[in-house]
Amino acid sequence: MAHEGPTTQRPGATASAAVRLEGIGKRFPGVIANHDVNLRVRRGTIHAIVGENGAGKSTLMKTLYGMQQPDTGRIEVDGTERHFRSPSDAIDAGIGMVHQHFMLADNLTVLENIILGSEPARRGRIDFAEARARVAAITASLGADLDIDAAVSELGVGERQRVEIVKVLYRGARILILDEPTAVLVPEEVDDLFRTLRRLVAEGATVIFISHKLDEVLGVSDDITVMRQGTTVAETTPGEVDRAGLAELMVGSELPSPAGRTTEIGDRVRLEVRDLVVPGPEGRPAVDGATFSIRSGEILGLAGVEGNGQFELCTALLGLRDSTGTVIVDSADLSAASTRERHEAGLAYIPFDRHREGLMLNAPLWENALLGREGNPNLVNGPFIDTAASRASTREIIDRFGVLTPNEMTPAFALSGGNQQKLVVGRALVTDPAVLVAAHPTRGIDVGAQAAVWDEMRRARDAGMAVLLVSADLEELIGLSDTIAVMFDGRISAMLDPDTVTAAELGSHMTGTHQEALA
Amino acid sequence: MTALDSPPTAPDTSPSRNPLDRILTPSRATALRTSGITVASSLVAILIALTISAILLAATGKNPIDAYTTIIETGASGNKLLEMLKRATPLIFSATAVAIGFKMNIFNIGVEGQYLFAALIAAEVGSRLDLPPIVHVAAIIAVAMLAGAAWASIAAVLKVGKNVHEVISTIMLNYIALSVIQWLFENFFRDDSDGGLNVKTTLLPDSGRMPDLVSGRLNAMFLVALATVIAFWVVVYRSRFGFRLRASGFNATAAATAGIDARRMTVTALLLSGAVAGLVAMPSVLGEAFAYGPNATPIQFGFAGIAVALLGRNHPAGIVVAAMLFGFLDSTSAELQLAQVPNSIVKVIQAVIVLTVVIVNEATIRRLNIRTAERARAELATGGAS
Repeated sequence: MAHEGPTTQRPGATASAAVRLEGIGKRFPGVIANHDVNLRVRRGTIHAIVGENGAGKSTLMKTLYGMQQPDTGRIEVDGTERHFRSPSDAIDAGIGMVHQHFMLADNLTVLENIILGSEPARRGRIDFAEARARVAAITASLGADLDIDAAVSELGVGERQRVEIVKVLYRGARILILDEPTAVLVPEEVDDLFRTLRRLVAEGATVIFISHKLDEVLGVSDDITVMRQGTTVAETTPGEVDRAGLAELMVGSELPSPAGRTTEIGDRVRLEVRDLVVPGPEGRPAVDGATFSIRSGEILGLAGVEGNGQFELCTALLGLRDSTGTVIVDSADLSAASTRERHEAGLAYIPFDRHREGLMLNAPLWENALLGREGNPNLVNGPFIDTAASRASTREIIDRFGVLTPNEMTPAFALSGGNQQKLVVGRALVTDPAVLVAAHPTRGIDVGAQAAVWDEMRRARDAGMAVLLVSADLEELIGLSDTIAVMFDGRISAMLDPDTVTAAELGSHMTGTHQEALA
Repeated sequence: MTALDSPPTAPDTSPSRNPLDRILTPSRATALRTSGITVASSLVAILIALTISAILLAATGKNPIDAYTTIIETGASGNKLLEMLKRATPLIFSATAVAIGFKMNIFNIGVEGQYLFAALIAAEVGSRLDLPPIVHVAAIIAVAMLAGAAWASIAAVLKVGKNVHEVISTIMLNYIALSVIQWLFENFFRDDSDGGLNVKTTLLPDSGRMPDLVSGRLNAMFLVALATVIAFWVVVYRSRFGFRLRASGFNATAAATAGIDARRMTVTALLLSGAVAGLVAMPSVLGEAFAYGPNATPIQFGFAGIAVALLGRNHPAGIVVAAMLFGFLDSTSAELQLAQVPNSIVKVIQAVIVLTVVIVNEATIRRLNIRTAERARAELATGGAS
């Protein structure tokens, strides 16, 4: 059951660790997701793991929950070494995961959802009386107000999350992992959640809380582990560190040095954006009045923790979502233009998610390379596709960007992620666009490919292209950008100089700690 | 990552186990291998289907060998081959109509309603026109396509404007079409001058009739069907519009990101599908009955077209072959009945074939995808891939 285990007082003075990770490493083809990760979570505490997107938090939690096996290192739960081959092994060891995206069946009731998969049975039928009693006991112990006969479709987000927590407890978890639990909640729901979590640990459970919201981390956790670039870099407590200090730990005190550039930024404004507003859910704008311009040969970096409006800004620039405001490319006003007209006016896009927005996985590479360029007169013959020219152009992309593939007829799904990305980047750059909107152009690709993509972007920039570069990779952001704009909560909250910016400065702007917007 | 500077594009860098690779460029060999495996898997599926049907026959106390012998013997005669082509003609139209929708993941189940509506309108308009021979036939065909597209446009407007799923709307519109047709026919278009029980619209004048290729056996609409399939191939696989259509089908989000207007593609695809659907009953209207009539105009071809499109995997060549197979099986039903075999077994065989082909194809495609990915990796191993 959920509430066994020694009831240590919080902040627990006992030395016993609920979870211990030593030297965990995990590689994916071309990427090191985790290396030398060490973590010690005391029993009966709320332990926060903070870090930027891509710092390796999710990989680590998947390892701990048995969703993937680490290449190196050991996992100890309650003092015993464990090898998790699947989440059910982790559940057996008392570990439960509350996912960021709820996994509930909408048309079932709360009770049915909770028992789904481990229904108490009597004579081959579900014993609802037993289930009801057990679930009621758990909700009562949480002090949670939950109508277990309501349909899940009628519940709000906060209640759904509570259902997920009860579900995990119902399966006997004593160690709960919560992946960005507050990302979807409104402030009052956050308070409710934290009350629930405190109650849980008071009853002896252990909570591992993944977040990048520093206020929440400092407010609710007993211990904090900071991750950066795939490894654990610091352990601290809310008593030892303030927000600025934590932000600096997250971003790192050593910033990469910007690469010197040999060409000058031109005078011609190639992209001008004025008062761009993108409506968001619940009446709050996702982008709240963005104004900036990028000149020829200039790279404007866009920093920010994911979910602060970067995606909405970029897709609005491409005309993929409704927005108000002005977008001008090379003095052509595109504010009311369709996506295709924007492409034709010289706006190219490297999308955030290559699988969702960039590729037709079942189509051959040459058709993928043609996507978005099928209006190009060199690749068509009147109303017909010039197959030979399209394939030749694809071979050019393959050669120039080092896409590793047998040939241009290979379907896109057969390529590794890095090579798919190189094709997407090549497709955008080969048109010599006026303006490139590049979202995480080197995410998930290996170092060699990354350098090649950077070189190509610099070359295009030197030839006069203007770039809006969205990146979570500080090396990329500082190494390429001429100016760094920080987005926080839908606004461009700061314009920083990559030559002089400090980690603390960047971190505080990205996490909204900085008092006043400079821009 | 050592291969960055030398991407392996030259055809002779990879050691090939397959002799095809040495004759053909690797890309063409890939395509040929893929289609070869597809054809082979379809043949295997048909064999499985015939086995299952044989078991069904045996289970009902009929001798499956007798039944199959009858089918083969009947099919071997030249007359039956013509009948097969004749029966395949409307199936080619309806399967092509369905396949156009499928190419962008639109499931047009409304071909039935679209073609019956088109048949009525085209027959009625055709009987009132006074035009020179070839122009008259062309005009009737154009009217049929417009009428089919018009009926399909209702589903298109509902989908784009109100987000009504086309499966729901086209099924419902089939029923509505039947009522509208009956109302129009009974109240306005019915011609009783014949005096018989077999009421029809006014007969088309000679100038509005499509000649037979083989008198009384095969109408020239068969050639129109082949031309339609070729046009389908050219438009879908070779034109820019077709590329945009298929891109929307492959990945709607990526297509939209690339500037392809999904709403416009949806409307165009449904209109085109409806236009081709409008041709389904033309072999009857232009070549046989020379009119629309509740008993003269063939029904159910819209649904058979879905099966044929599935069987032919929405590919032009596949559609022609599948339509021929269905036409052939249909053509044998009379002889089967004479041989004391229930001719409904033909429908059973057709249904079992579609099911097995769909299942076997799905399995084959998955295996093929895994193999393709493995081959790509293996071919790169010489270049030192990650």
